[in-house]
Amino acid sequence: MAESRSQWQSDAFKKRLRRRNVSERRFRLLGIAAVLLAGVSLAVLLVSVLKSGFGAAYRTEVALDVAFDPETLGLGPLQSDSSIDVPASADFGAVLRTALMRRFPDVEGRAQIRELIALLSRGAGARLADQLRANPSLLGTRERVWIPTADDVNLLLDARRRDASAKPNTRLSDQQIAWIDALVRDDQLESRFNGRFFTAGDSREPELAGIGGALLGTALTLLVTLAISFPLGVAAAVYLEEFAPDNRWTRHLEVNINNLAAVPSIVFGLLGLAVFLGLFGMPRSAPVVGGMTLALMTLPVIIIASRASIAAVPVWIRESARGLGASPVQVVAHQILPIAMPGIVTGTLLGLARAMGETAPLLMIGMVAFIVDVPTSFTDASSALPVQIYLWADNPERGFVEKVSGAILVLLALLGLLNGAAILLRQRFEQRW
Amino acid sequence: MRFALLAASTVAVLVTIGILGSLIVETVRFFERVPPHEFFFGLRWSPQIALRADQVGSSGGFGAVPLFAGTLLITAISIVVAGPIGLLAAIYTAFYASRRVRAIAKPTLEILAGVPTVVYGFFAALTVAPVIRSLGTHLGLDVASESALAAGLVMGIMIIPIISSLSDDAITTVPQALRDASYALGATRSETVRRAILPAALPGLVAAFLLAISRAIGETMIVVMAAGLAANLTPNPLAAVTTVTVQIVTLLTGDQEFDSAKTLAAFALGLTLFVVTLGLNVIALHVSRRSKLRHG
Repeated sequence: MAESRSQWQSDAFKKRLRRRNVSERRFRLLGIAAVLLAGVSLAVLLVSVLKSGFGAAYRTEVALDVAFDPETLGLGPLQSDSSIDVPASADFGAVLRTALMRRFPDVEGRAQIRELIALLSRGAGARLADQLRANPSLLGTRERVWIPTADDVNLLLDARRRDASAKPNTRLSDQQIAWIDALVRDDQLESRFNGRFFTAGDSREPELAGIGGALLGTALTLLVTLAISFPLGVAAAVYLEEFAPDNRWTRHLEVNINNLAAVPSIVFGLLGLAVFLGLFGMPRSAPVVGGMTLALMTLPVIIIASRASIAAVPVWIRESARGLGASPVQVVAHQILPIAMPGIVTGTLLGLARAMGETAPLLMIGMVAFIVDVPTSFTDASSALPVQIYLWADNPERGFVEKVSGAILVLLALLGLLNGAAILLRQRFEQRW
Repeated sequence: MRFALLAASTVAVLVTIGILGSLIVETVRFFERVPPHEFFFGLRWSPQIALRADQVGSSGGFGAVPLFAGTLLITAISIVVAGPIGLLAAIYTAFYASRRVRAIAKPTLEILAGVPTVVYGFFAALTVAPVIRSLGTHLGLDVASESALAAGLVMGIMIIPIISSLSDDAITTVPQALRDASYALGATRSETVRRAILPAALPGLVAAFLLAISRAIGETMIVVMAAGLAANLTPNPLAAVTTVTVQIVTLLTGDQEFDSAKTLAAFALGLTLFVVTLGLNVIALHVSRRSKLRHG
């Protein structure tokens, strides 16, 4: 008899079970899709941002036979061979013009000569001056020298490397492209490593711009941040964990610190602008002000991490030390802090990593100015690495896209270093009781 | 010694007082020039200062409603993107994933959380916005080059790790007994998650979303680089809108005198931002604390 089948074999039941299993599978697939989507976003983000990053440290340079002729330079007849002073008035433009015209003898007329010279970077003369200062014996000789080209040449060759027949939309004229072709044929154009990318300051010309100034600005800023937020944060954490009475005031303090950790960073920038610049009259764009502003942001992070680390020190250590006659301050200084220090340092490194990538507060205190000089002190006007990225990203000049990628690559590498150090520290020194 | 430590711990309070004090002082000065009701309810935002007194439109407009609307639009887009992805990713890693998958998924989310926002901004402006624009043109839609959608999408990616890690906390603190009871009744895993775990974790999830919203509202660099400057009052995600943080940056970067209504307006916007994000955090803290009390 069909009716004797138990209920979980009925068709209605099987249908219901099938439906439930389908929905189970669907839910699981949704979960997988979500995780995959997050992973794919990260991959697309990193690839699209970094794909041209390595190119930032390269630029196209042209090999020219340059005659370091004192007459052309306007230095007058050759003096004794002892150290020569290359005055700012020395006409390296004329030297370059001569060298170019010797390479392309049939160029005539001012307009054509101007087009020819436009192939070179505007900083080419300064590069020659540097070389002559470093090696005075060059004076009066003719040398083959590599000279940075204008960024348009770089863009053209980059496009051709990707697609040999490419005709990218540059500002180069047909005549200029013909000259470039001639130089390429004679192996006089090359993409060469540009160390100045890591040492130079900002520039209007992509081929001359570097992240050196921004890197140093970030370093100075973070030093100030560390010097302020580390001692204050650890002291506050020690007080809250070891000495604070459990009363309303303490609880207020805790809530306050937690809330401060969630305040948008730009608000800290407004505080820096109103108090440090407006009230105290400190210098604009200075690493010291940036560091102080970021310190206020990092403080809650360090306090929270330090408290967790101090709280993890077992009670019996405190009690043993007290039992041996140590004062409360001695217990903290000799027992608790040494044990808690790895955790505290880990939290500090993570806080610093966050501060390093922070941009908005620095915009508020004026670290967005166009600054060519590499800063030498805490009060010099300076940029910072993330701000430099923002500035270059906003620059319509196409050559800067590569520079942005390069700067981001360096920033992410530094962040990876900081975070990696934090993780390593935690694994190496983590104690379980 | 003890006094020095106490002094150090009060710095956090001093910072809060400093923030509130400086923002309030400048805001009060702003409201002496522009009445509060015009700022909070006005529909026209064009904070230009007239060069001559008799210039057309010399009064300038300080109605911040378009900024609030733009901020909400971009925040809403980001939560629509990050909410489902973050929550589902948290559920998947907590209930389904093998240890190997978890060992990959968690660090991936942590890296997403560690990428500086200026990098997200560059990504939004250089990669996402052009793609959305050309996609829209293909479909015959009119997409602004600085559309709210591009900024919102990328901000959503940035918010995913926040939602997933906070949701993960909320889900995993639900007592194991609840899970076991549900399985014992014959529920499948997804039924357990949907009918037992999520309702029990609801306060924590609400807190997670509130914190994510607060983070999106206060986010600056992505919108500065990818959202527009024009204060359009529109619900259209393909149009360009501007946000509170974008306007703060625009008003305060570049040459400025410290006293004009223009710079003071930035502080009024900053105070609004501070109050709203603080409010969201306080509510989130309150909600999640009550749920912890319930589960013990």
